[in-house]
Amino acid sequence: MNIHEYQAKLLLAKNGVPAPAGSACTTVGEAVVIAEKLFASGQKQVIVKAQIHAGGRGKGVFKSGLHGGVKLCKTVDDVYRNAKAMFGQMLVTKQTGPEGRRVSRLLIESASAIKRECYLAVLLDRTTSRPVMMVSTEGGMDIEEIAEKTPEKIIRETIDPAIGLMPYQARKLAFSLGFTGDLLHQASKLLQGVYRTWEQNEATLVETNPLCLVEQPDGTVSLVVDAKMSFDDNALFRHPEIRQMRDLAEESPLETEASKFNLNYIKLDGDIACLVNGAGLAMATMDIIVHYGGRPANFLDVGGSASREQVAAGLKIILSGARMQAILVNIFGGIMQCDTIAHGILAAARENSLTCPVVVRLAGTNADLGRKILLESGLPLLSADSLAEAADKAVKAAVSNRSQMAAC
Amino acid sequence: MSILVEPSTRVLVQGITGKYGSQHARLSLSYGTKIVAGVTPGKGGQVFENQVPIFDTVAEAVKQTGATVSAVFVPPPLAADAILEGVNADLDLVVCITEGIPIFDMMKVKRAMQGKRTRLIGPNCPGITTPGEGKDSHGGCRIGIIPGHLHKRGHIGVVSRSGTLTYETVWQLTQLGLGQSTCVGIGGDPIFGTSHLEIIKLMNDDPDTHAIILIGEIGGTSEEEAAEWIKHNCKKPVAGFIAGASAPPGRRMGHAGAIISGKRGTAAAKIEALKAAGVATAATPSVIAETLAKII
Repeated sequence: MNIHEYQAKLLLAKNGVPAPAGSACTTVGEAVVIAEKLFASGQKQVIVKAQIHAGGRGKGVFKSGLHGGVKLCKTVDDVYRNAKAMFGQMLVTKQTGPEGRRVSRLLIESASAIKRECYLAVLLDRTTSRPVMMVSTEGGMDIEEIAEKTPEKIIRETIDPAIGLMPYQARKLAFSLGFTGDLLHQASKLLQGVYRTWEQNEATLVETNPLCLVEQPDGTVSLVVDAKMSFDDNALFRHPEIRQMRDLAEESPLETEASKFNLNYIKLDGDIACLVNGAGLAMATMDIIVHYGGRPANFLDVGGSASREQVAAGLKIILSGARMQAILVNIFGGIMQCDTIAHGILAAARENSLTCPVVVRLAGTNADLGRKILLESGLPLLSADSLAEAADKAVKAAVSNRSQMAAC
Repeated sequence: MSILVEPSTRVLVQGITGKYGSQHARLSLSYGTKIVAGVTPGKGGQVFENQVPIFDTVAEAVKQTGATVSAVFVPPPLAADAILEGVNADLDLVVCITEGIPIFDMMKVKRAMQGKRTRLIGPNCPGITTPGEGKDSHGGCRIGIIPGHLHKRGHIGVVSRSGTLTYETVWQLTQLGLGQSTCVGIGGDPIFGTSHLEIIKLMNDDPDTHAIILIGEIGGTSEEEAAEWIKHNCKKPVAGFIAGASAPPGRRMGHAGAIISGKRGTAAAKIEALKAAGVATAATPSVIAETLAKII
C-alpha cells in the first residue's frame, strides 16, 4: 500500500524527522490560510504540491493545460491562483498513465533556501533478507540513474533486524554524506528516526529524496526531508492507523473490486483478457499471448485453488471493464476440480452477456469432464487442450473479432 | 534416492485441524505419505482421521513419533512462530505453505535460523513431492499442496517459485513419459528459506536426478545466482523457463516477490543469464518439458 507525501511526512515527524513547515489542505481557502501563516513566519517562498500517488509531479501536466504539479510561490496571491488551478483537475505524469489522477489535496510548505541535497532510503535487501539503508550525496536525482552511472556514490549499510540501526551505523552514513560537527549529530539522529519509522510501521520503503540542508529565515541551518513511503500489505492487519491512510481514489476501481474476492487483478493496456489460477501461471499465460502476437489486457490470478465463486467473480470483473476482443481462461485444476470450475464459468457467462470470443483451456484434475460441460452448454466457448493452442486460438479470435467489428 | 524427502520420510503437519491443513493432510495420507503427527496447540490428545495423533507442541510430536519434517499450514500472523517452533525442535526440514506472512516476521525468522541445522522451504510455496512407485505415483512423499497424481516416478528434478506453473511443468513431463525424482516449489515471497541454487546443488549431487528443470519469475536474483553456478559447476542438463516477460515494471504480479523494481529483476535479464549458463530456455510455458526432452 502507498500513502501520500503529506502522510509520510506526518509519520516521520512522529519519530523526530523534520519536514519543512506546512500542512495539507483540501480547499483553496485552507491553502491561503496556511500560506499566510508561512509568509508571516518570515518565509520568502512557499511551495504548492499536488498530492497524488505518482512520481514526476513537478514535470507533470494538468489536462486543463497547466504545467507542473509542484509550484513555487512568492506571494499569497500566487498560492491562491495555483491552488485554484490545481484542485479538482487531472494531473498526468510519467507514472499515472494517460488518464491521470484527480488532485483533491495539496500540500502547502515553506521553501527554504537549500544549501545541499542528499538521498536517503531504507528498504528490504532481498539478497541478504535484511533491511538496508542507502545514502548518496546525489540528492534529488533518480536513484536508478545514480546506481547505473555512478554506483560508487551510493553507500549502503545493512541492518541487523534483531537490533535495528545502531547509532554508529547512522554516524558512519552521516559522515559519508559529508556532515561534521553539530550536523553530524543532527543527521545521525535523523537517520535513526527514519529507520524507526520504517520498522514501527512495517514499511517496505521509506525514501527521502531529497534530504535537504536548508537555511532558515533566522539564518540557522537544519535538515528537512521530502518523503515517500509504502507498506507491506501482509502486515497491515496489525497497523490500523496505516490502513486508515489508504486512499481508494488512487486505486483502480476494478483492482479494488477484485481484492474483495481475494483476486489479484492488474489492468494492462492490451485487448485479450485472461483469467488464470496461480500467479506464476497467470504471468506465463500473458507471456504466451504476447508470443503469439496478441496483447494481454490484464493480469488476473484467481488463486491456486480457486473456487467456483472466485472464477465467476473474476470473469465478471473482466467483462465489466473496457471492451475486450477475446478472453482466455486458463485453469490448471489441482485440488479444485475442472468440472467445478466449468460450472463457475457457465454461471458467470450466463449472468453477463459475452461480447467477445472466450477460449477455455482446462488441464489437470477432471479436465475432460470440465470440457464436456462447457461444450454441451451451447455457449460460444472455444476449447483448447494445451496452453499453446489456447493462446493461438485467443489471438486469432481477437483478430477476427476486431475485423468483424471494423466491418460493422 | 531423491532430495530432501523420500517415501519413508516421517512428516508432521502444523495446523492439521485448520481448513487447508486438514484437507491436504488427508490428500497426502491417501497418496501414501507417512503423516505421523499433527500439531495444534490446545488439541493435543485428539486423533486426526482416526490415524494421526495430534500434539500440543512440535517438540512433543517429534519425541513421540520420530517425525523429521514439518509442513506448516498455519495462518500468516502465526506462521513465523510455527516455523521457529519446528527449528527449535531440530527438524531436518520445515516446509511452509502459508501465503501472506509479513516481511518483518520472515526477516526475523531468517535471522533466528542462522547457524541452525533446519532447512526451510517457502513460505508461500506449493511444497515438495518425491513421487512413489505406485499407480499415479502413489506411495510417494507429498508435502504441501501439489496434486500427487500429476507425478510419475523418474529422474527429472523440478525447482520452481510458482505453484500452478509447477503443476503445468510436472504434468507436461508426465505426459511425455518423463518421471520426476523430486519437485520443489521454493515459493513466491521476497524472503525465502531455500533458493533455486541450493536445490540445484542438491539435485546435482543426487544420483537419481539425471536432468533439471528450473522455473523462475520476475523479481529478485535467485535465478541469476543459480545460472552463475550452473555455468561452472552443473554436471546435468538443465532446461528453464522465466515467467513475467510481459509484466509491467513496478507492479507486484500476484506473488509478493514478483516485481520488477527499477531495472532489476526483469525476465529478460534472467533469461539472458540462463542462456549464458547453457540452460535450454523454453520460448513459451507450453514447451517446458519438450525443451528438456530435446537435450537429454
